[in-house]
Amino acid sequence: MKPQKKVRRALSIAAVIAVLLFSVWAERHMDGFQVRIIHMWGIYVILVSSFNLIYGFTGQFSLAHAGLAAVGAYTVALLTLSPADKQVSFMLAPPVWPISVVQWPLLPSLLLGGLLAALAGFIIGAPALRLHGDYLLITTLGFSEIIRLLLCNLPGVTNGAMGLKGIPKDTNLTWVWGLAIITLFITKRLVDSSYGRALKCIRDDEIAAEAVGVNLSSHKVMAFVLSSFFVGIAGGLMSNLLGTVAPSTFKPDLTYAVITMAVLGGVRSLTGGVLAAGIYPVASELLRTIETPRQILGISYPGIPGLRSLAFAAMLLFLILFYRRGLMGSNEFSWGGILSRVQRLFGRPKMGGEQG
Amino acid sequence: MNVLDVKGLTMRFGGLTAVSDFNLTLQKGELVGLIGPNGSGKTTVFNMITGFYKPTQGQIIVNDRDVTGLRPDQVTALGTARIFQNSRLFRELPVLDNVLIGYHVRLRSSPFDAVLRLHGYAKEEKQALDEAMTLLTGLGLADQVDEIAGSLPYGLQRKLEVARALATKPSLLLLDEPATGMGSEETAEMMDFILKVRDDFDMTILLIEHHMQVVMGICERMAVLNYGKTIAKGRPEEIQNNREVIEAYLGAN
Repeated sequence: MKPQKKVRRALSIAAVIAVLLFSVWAERHMDGFQVRIIHMWGIYVILVSSFNLIYGFTGQFSLAHAGLAAVGAYTVALLTLSPADKQVSFMLAPPVWPISVVQWPLLPSLLLGGLLAALAGFIIGAPALRLHGDYLLITTLGFSEIIRLLLCNLPGVTNGAMGLKGIPKDTNLTWVWGLAIITLFITKRLVDSSYGRALKCIRDDEIAAEAVGVNLSSHKVMAFVLSSFFVGIAGGLMSNLLGTVAPSTFKPDLTYAVITMAVLGGVRSLTGGVLAAGIYPVASELLRTIETPRQILGISYPGIPGLRSLAFAAMLLFLILFYRRGLMGSNEFSWGGILSRVQRLFGRPKMGGEQG
Repeated sequence: MNVLDVKGLTMRFGGLTAVSDFNLTLQKGELVGLIGPNGSGKTTVFNMITGFYKPTQGQIIVNDRDVTGLRPDQVTALGTARIFQNSRLFRELPVLDNVLIGYHVRLRSSPFDAVLRLHGYAKEEKQALDEAMTLLTGLGLADQVDEIAGSLPYGLQRKLEVARALATKPSLLLLDEPATGMGSEETAEMMDFILKVRDDFDMTILLIEHHMQVVMGICERMAVLNYGKTIAKGRPEEIQNNREVIEAYLGAN
């Protein structure tokens, strides 16, 4: 039996509060390394669910994530750095006005980062989403690289390839996970709405979707702009967490990492994305051992940097070939599913609490 | 009032004239057949009326509005719905979602309203759900609402496609070979289904059919295409005895 709507809502609110309380606790009591991983987990949740929205639900394979994240990251970095710090760190050219004088707190900076990424998403998406398949891939990858090259070559705005250092680290786990939950909430609500249905129809059959009255370009662009907004927020959180940004952070590798996570979790499942976003940073740390030099049975192994990327690439290939549905396929976590599983575990009849 | 008024419709692909100077008028509640041998341009006519092709020449008027050259979704919003010759259901979605999407074109709430459940979005969604259930029940698909569309038997898939088209609340319904690939019994059932749709919804229907005999029984009027030209128009009995039509179908001797 499905639990009552009110019960489900109460459970959800309780879960959100639990996550936020945990984040406060973890910040104080766990060691820096663990906190860092939980931090990356939250940021990856935003990146992966935004990829699920545009690919898993709308069927538009975009490789623009890295470039869009860069827009958010640089916006936050430039807005939160103090004018004095900027004067010091801009080595190639003095910072241009208004970058030279502004300093904003984190939250409005993040919001503007998201909005500028959404604007970039609109500029990319409006023409590119008319294309399909490989052409869309190449175009979005190209746009993403254009953004990165702009960052390298606008010394007065971004300090060029040197990047920016000393960004104030104001963010904490509660912020990151709060924003991750908001992202998941909005994405889930949209996907379950009439608009989400239209997006899924576009994914299934564009011609049929058009014939039943779905305006293809406005729906695709809407999904892409919203996805870009979240990516911008995640990028902003990244720069705030790392304290530095450089164009090299936003190479396509970042996009591939997001895709690996999304495929691992199942591109049509937000729940799967949340799980995979936690597995990836942990796996990434565990795999560090294959990159470190060591003695194995008397033979010295020099450690090969970059071997982790190879491992993840192999994993992605394996997933696509043999395990395409990922951890969750298109299933989502639901309180009803959890409760019935718990009841089965304790051998109670499936009727619910009244009989037990 | 004319629901559909097509004047001088012509479609050229490079040097090939797929349809030339096609004229047709449909009045409310009419069921008209568009027949012709393979490759005679029937589907091209549909693609022009529904906005998938931009006609080289001519004009398409639906409910006194010129829809020539509009996008397919705009044409649908103005009251023309179609089904495709090759079934184009949203195969991975449940039957109910396939029909619910038809109401999306009439949705007034913005994506913002939909996410935050504001300004009567929930009410609109509820209304669409009620209407979809009524529609599916009326068309005999109520038992399949939760099934994945692609898993339905073929006959039901075709009916579902008609249901989806009806959900957009059209005043004109274009059916492109609804009985394609069906046996004679299924075909007869499909034709009964079309008549039922026409009567229940007071629908104006233009029906493409490859086999002439199939539509003879149910259409009031017919137009016959051959090599893109209209070779005959009239009532089924007139068409049946038309020499040019017989030649087009059987070849001249």
